[in-house]
Amino acid sequence: MSADATTALKGKFPQVTDRASADHPAVDVPPADLVAALQYLRDECAFDMLMDISGVDWAEGASPRFTVVYHLFSTKRHEYFRVATPCTGSDAEPVAPSVVSLWPGANWHEREAYDMFGIKFAGHPDLRRILMWDGYPYHPLRKEFPLAGLEAPLPGPDVEEETGTRLISAPMAGGPFVASPGEMNLTEAEPRAKDQSWNERNVKPE
Amino acid sequence: MPAEFAFPDNAAKTAEAQPEFQTEKMSLSMGPSHPSTHGVLRLQMELDGEILTKADPVVGYLHRGDEKIAENMTYNQFVPYTDRLDYLAPTANNMAYAIAVERLAKLEVPPRCQAIRVITAEMARISSHLMGLGAFGLDVGAWTVLLYSLNEREKLYKLFEELTGARFTTSYTRIGGVTRDVPEGWLGRVNTFCDEFLPMLEETLSLLTRNKIFHERTVGVGVISKADAIGYGLTGPNLRGSGIGLDLRKDKPYSGYEQYEFDVPVGTKGDCYDRYLVRGEEMRQSARIIKQAIAKFPGGDWYAKDARKIFAPPKDKILTSMEELIQNFMLVTEGPQMPAGEVYFEAENPKGILGFYIVSKGGGVPWRLKIRSPSFCNLSILPKICVGILISDVVAILGSLDFVMGECDR
Repeated sequence: MSADATTALKGKFPQVTDRASADHPAVDVPPADLVAALQYLRDECAFDMLMDISGVDWAEGASPRFTVVYHLFSTKRHEYFRVATPCTGSDAEPVAPSVVSLWPGANWHEREAYDMFGIKFAGHPDLRRILMWDGYPYHPLRKEFPLAGLEAPLPGPDVEEETGTRLISAPMAGGPFVASPGEMNLTEAEPRAKDQSWNERNVKPE
Repeated sequence: MPAEFAFPDNAAKTAEAQPEFQTEKMSLSMGPSHPSTHGVLRLQMELDGEILTKADPVVGYLHRGDEKIAENMTYNQFVPYTDRLDYLAPTANNMAYAIAVERLAKLEVPPRCQAIRVITAEMARISSHLMGLGAFGLDVGAWTVLLYSLNEREKLYKLFEELTGARFTTSYTRIGGVTRDVPEGWLGRVNTFCDEFLPMLEETLSLLTRNKIFHERTVGVGVISKADAIGYGLTGPNLRGSGIGLDLRKDKPYSGYEQYEFDVPVGTKGDCYDRYLVRGEEMRQSARIIKQAIAKFPGGDWYAKDARKIFAPPKDKILTSMEELIQNFMLVTEGPQMPAGEVYFEAENPKGILGFYIVSKGGGVPWRLKIRSPSFCNLSILPKICVGILISDVVAILGSLDFVMGECDR
């Protein structure tokens, strides 16, 4: 049935292409067709539930740099469907269409993707940060953001004055020690401290 | 008064009909440190007297960046972090995560491992619902329920401790198996627990089910329609309370759930009382599943023996054999080796559907790991249903939604 949904979707929207997937049927949809395609899947193919919206950062220099991935579920046929769309706009300010008009539950998911990746959802009624506080200057799930974190102002300037605390990056003591993903030889992939080799004594270079 | 909502309450209706009763709007912040917000949820409310005109949940006080952390460590290293999502049901989270990664590796675990996982996940469901039930009772003024349910939960934690070595943060699964086989006689003790638990559960529920005060606080309060429940992506008892019988254990079985007989309870009205009834029935069904799983507990291996690049060999072999030593070294340093690809797996957790979306570029580290947490989606409906109600009903609604902030904020 899901294979039928893919075929039907492709018939309706010629720009839709298959997407590599290890489990559920998946398609790539250009941003211009996204809302119409999702509406078609919801109304004609019975994918009535939006389970998840997830941003993906493919690292600096990749094209497209950001992708938004939607997971739909059919409560009638109990099948999943994955729809991905590349973001338009610049690396600093990627843009994707909002689907809040189709599912009100998309509201928080899109706020989260905006918070974590800086993806602007065009047409979102109330695009604010959700997990980080308003006024936080970075988008933490972007690949260039270090695991240790970066120095940033606290939510209120008086908090800093009153408590004498600051928000600084975490001492990582050389970590994290992980192998790099991808096909490469052992010397390149072996676990090493990445770009975060500072610790309490050896402070982070400015 | 804005026209977009109707007041269900009589006093509120009067106020609506007679504009001279309307007062100046007042804003009130509830939480992040408030006994009825079950953790660190904050509600920014706008009130007209005792009636809410707007509610804006502020989440993120427990944000630890789990998804960022996952991108910087191997698949196995992330298992302890899954404990800390829904910390009232850690073994259920462990299982969901392990199966997601196994789907990526196209790995099937043996039936014995599946049965162990089902038993621990259902025990986690009982434990989580008991806590939810006790806290809900406490929120609406019934002290005793919490004492009863914590007593039962303590017995479960004894069993968890015996199996995993930890009471709360169990980290019991590995990719391709579990940390250890069940101890001698443990299944018998779980079975005894189920037998003794069911009458205790009836006694506990009887404190609330026909309790007049409890009825007054919950029946017709916080009604969620079917369309809203689907539109906002509600899952678990909150969705089933609204009358939609979606249960992934039944509809998209994983880990051998198709072998067990159980019923999926659904509500009729979608109010707080229905959600309470659904949770009560789910505990009975969980005990039923556990008893079936113990009755036909399969023999054989409890980890995928052929998955040499994924599951670590037994400790005695590592210490005595060169081959296994090298295998273990590679696993620890590089992580379990996964093919490139994308998977999305969802499991029916006590709080709702927990999903993991994994993007892999190969190797031992995920490129992106997104956690679809049920509490996050369940809370997103609050601005919709917390309008036009009395402020004391907010406490009942929050209790009936049964969320965990560790999972919501990740």
